[in-house]
Amino acid sequence: MVMETESKFHVLAVDDSLFDRKMIERLLQKSSCQVTTVDSGSKALEFLGLRVDDNDPNALSTSPQIHQEVEINLIITDYCMPGMTGYDLLKKVKESAAFRSIPVVIMSSENVPARISRCLEEGAEEFFLKPVKLADLTKLKPHMMKTKLKKESEKPVAIEEIVVSKPEIEKEEDSSVIEILPLHQELESEQLEPMLSSNKRKAMEEVISSDRSRPKYNDITTSV
Amino acid sequence: MVLFVCFEQLSPIFLYNSVSWSTLAMNTTVVAQLQRQFQDYIVSLYQQGFLDSQFSELRKLQDEGSPDFVSEVVSLFFDDCSKLINTMSRSLEQPDNVDFKQLDSGVHQLKGSSSSVGARRVKNVCISFKECCDVQNREGCLRCLQQVDYEYKMLKTKLQDLFNLEQQILQAGGTIPQVDIN
Repeated sequence: MVMETESKFHVLAVDDSLFDRKMIERLLQKSSCQVTTVDSGSKALEFLGLRVDDNDPNALSTSPQIHQEVEINLIITDYCMPGMTGYDLLKKVKESAAFRSIPVVIMSSENVPARISRCLEEGAEEFFLKPVKLADLTKLKPHMMKTKLKKESEKPVAIEEIVVSKPEIEKEEDSSVIEILPLHQELESEQLEPMLSSNKRKAMEEVISSDRSRPKYNDITTSV
Repeated sequence: MVLFVCFEQLSPIFLYNSVSWSTLAMNTTVVAQLQRQFQDYIVSLYQQGFLDSQFSELRKLQDEGSPDFVSEVVSLFFDDCSKLINTMSRSLEQPDNVDFKQLDSGVHQLKGSSSSVGARRVKNVCISFKECCDVQNREGCLRCLQQVDYEYKMLKTKLQDLFNLEQQILQAGGTIPQVDIN
């Protein structure tokens, strides 16, 4: 009768260790996310559609040939990786106009306060100490919701509407924001407020300026 | 009561039911015994310090969609152990030519994966191992290497026994008990 838009958050996980990739993949799947894993920062950028110029690593451009079918709602990356570290990847993502709104989370097995604050200052949403637990991943939902809500920012939806609405799913553009809620019922209303009112995330104020056409919410493929 | 009536009729279907009913009763006892055995064994592994709470976290990730997740991950871990120990052993071979940097990298990896799996004793040896690396203590490193080798092999045997118990429970038609260790 009512068709539920089965749309999962898609996470890009980056780690050079096969073992750790297997772990994070399972953790994310268990948290109802679609996962793509890559073993390096440069592969992550390739996947996103950023062409990395070998001669000048600072020159980043969005490759016009690669049409991104898949939308990434979050990047979770290991810190210590050969070549491009997680921190380097974070910087590249945040420097890119097209992708800086994608939340980035850093993981590390080492508890180095200076490292943690450096990552957070550069724009990482969270810093997880390994081994990452299922409970840690519940912190990700608010950050990923941001990217979906951003799409609806053209149509202002009142906060009260989002919080109060029951899972009545209708196949309409306006209620696509509300459709998210039944799939993530553990998301407390309190979590939405700080996220929406937070002013430390510059992504919230910015509109993604990109020539690249973004796939519409309803077109997202959902294979598990 | 129903069985009695059906026995008189000698209907093959109901005869089968009477046989399977007693089998079911017997199975229930067998399952319960196995489950008890499993529970006791896994608790003892935690108590003896072979495993820590991270192993519980690992078990939470296993479900009908990924029924072999724990044994797969554990298997990967033991393969890593074997490979890394070989590499580190070679690094330590020449007394005046020890590659401590490579050693450190190996220990770091091993510490990370043992920590992720909940292999407490292995992880603890890695901590000591790292300390020996940091001060370039070759003798200390050799001792730690030997200990890591011993501990991972010991754990491998223990977990194999645990997985065997799991299989027995499943084959007897039971479910694997949730054992939460905090």
